[in-house]
Amino acid sequence: MADLTPGIISRTTGTDLVKRGLADMLKGGVIMDVVDPAQAKIAEDAGAVAVMALERVPSDIRRDGGVARMSDPEMIQGIQEVVSIPVMAKARIGHIAEAQILQALQVDYIDESEVLTPADEAHHIDKWAFDVPFVCGATNLGEALRRISEGACMIRSKGEAGTGNVVEAVRHLRSILGDIRKITTADQAELFDWAKRLQAPLPLVQEIAETGTLPVPMFCAGGIATPADASLVMQLGAQAVFVGSGIFKSSDPSLMAKAIVEATANYLDPDILAKVSRGLGDAMPGLEIGTLETKLSERGW
Amino acid sequence: MALPRIGVLALQGAVDLHVHALERLGVETVEVRRAEHLARVDGLVLPGGESSTISKLLVINELFEPLAQRLNDGMPAFGTCAGMIMLASEILDGRDDQLSFGAIDISVRRNAFGRQIDSFETDLSVIGLPEAPVHAVFIRAPVVERVGPEVEILAAVEEGQPVACRQGNVLVTSFHPELSPDLRLHELFIKGMAG
Repeated sequence: MADLTPGIISRTTGTDLVKRGLADMLKGGVIMDVVDPAQAKIAEDAGAVAVMALERVPSDIRRDGGVARMSDPEMIQGIQEVVSIPVMAKARIGHIAEAQILQALQVDYIDESEVLTPADEAHHIDKWAFDVPFVCGATNLGEALRRISEGACMIRSKGEAGTGNVVEAVRHLRSILGDIRKITTADQAELFDWAKRLQAPLPLVQEIAETGTLPVPMFCAGGIATPADASLVMQLGAQAVFVGSGIFKSSDPSLMAKAIVEATANYLDPDILAKVSRGLGDAMPGLEIGTLETKLSERGW
Repeated sequence: MALPRIGVLALQGAVDLHVHALERLGVETVEVRRAEHLARVDGLVLPGGESSTISKLLVINELFEPLAQRLNDGMPAFGTCAGMIMLASEILDGRDDQLSFGAIDISVRRNAFGRQIDSFETDLSVIGLPEAPVHAVFIRAPVVERVGPEVEILAAVEEGQPVACRQGNVLVTSFHPELSPDLRLHELFIKGMAG
C-alpha cells in the first residue's frame, strides 16, 4: 500500500444520501416484525433483509388494546446481538424521546408508526434532527410528501396493520402511485393546484413532476399475509415489503417467511409463485376492514 | 468497438440504481434473476443489498452454480458492498451458511464500520481516476482485511483498510458508486472488461 495516497479527507455521517441509501439497499427484500431474539433468528434464517423489533405484533396490539409504546431496550439489544441484518424499531408518532432512545440504541431505522398509540395529535417528529433514518407510513401522496418534508427517508403504505387483509395497502399504493402518474402529465400551473390539494410542499410536487418518482424509496406495509400478497404489492409498484403479523401468526412461520422472501424476489414469475405458495399451512386469520373498531391507518396527519 | 451487454444481479438490493448508471453510459443492461438471463450477458454487476439474503436467493433461484461457473471461466464482474462480499474468497462476520464466489482473492469483513449511524460519505483518491477524488457513500459497509498477491488496492480509507480492489477483470468497492452521479467506477469496470 506504499503507493497509495491516504484517501481520507473527512467523513460525514447522518446525511440525506446515507440515510436514504440504506432504504435503497433494502429494495426487493422483506422486513419482518419480530418480538424476541428467537423470532429475529428465524427471520434472518429465512432471508429477511431487516427485522422490525416490537413488543407485540400488530394483530396482538389490536386484540389486547391499551397503549402501545416503544419496545423495551433490552429486547431490542437482544435482537441486535443475534442477527447481522439491520434492526429497525418503532416510536410513537410525535414521541421525540422514544426516537432519541432508539437512536442511542443505534437501531438502523426508526419507524414513526401508527401501529403504536400516537403521542402527539398534531405534530410528527422533526426527523431532520436525527442521524438515524426514519420510515413513515402514508395513505396518500400528500401524507407521504408531508412526512418527506419532515425528514422521512423511506415511505411505506400504512395498509391496515394486524388484519391480514391487503385491501387497504392496495388502496394506499394505488392512491400514491396513481397521483404520481397524474402529476407527471400536469402543466406548471396545475402543479400549484396539486400542492394545494395534497397539502404538500410545492418543491416536492415539482420534483415529482420532473422525476416521476417519490424522492425516497416506497415500500408496502399493512395486511400482507401470503406470498401472493407480496407479489401483488410489488407488481403495483412497491419496492420492498414489510410483513407484520403475517409471519408469526401463521401456522408455520419459518416456511411462510421463506416463501414470502422468495415471492418478493420473484414477484413477476407465476411459476415460482405457484411453487412457493404450496403447502404453507394456515396463513394468519384475517379481518374484514368494515368490522374494525380502530382503524390504525387513520392515525397520523 | 460495440459496447458489451452487462447484467445486473437482480435478486435483491439497489438493482435499479446500477441499471440507471449503466444506461446513462449507453450500455445495454439485463436484469439477471435466472440462469437463462446470465447466458445473455458479457459481464455482471453485483449490487449493494443484504448479502445474506442474496446468498440464499442465489441458491433458491438455482443461479449460484451457473454464476460460479461463468466467473470461473473469466466473466468480468463488478461488486459493490454486498456484491464485494459475494465476490470475495473469504467472508468474516458472515452467517455460517453464507456463500461467496472467490472471484477475487480478498477477505472481507461485513459491517466493518458499525451500524447505520456510522454510515458515512467521504472523498477518496482512487488509483486510475486521477482527475478528481471519488465521492464515496459507505452504508453499513464491509472492509477488506486481507488481499492476495494478485490483487491491486485502488483505494483505502485508512492504513490497512482497502475499500476498492481489482484482480484482472473483477472490480470491487465497499462503497456505492451507484448512489452518486459520478460514473467513473462503472466506466473503469467497462474499460477493464476489454482488456
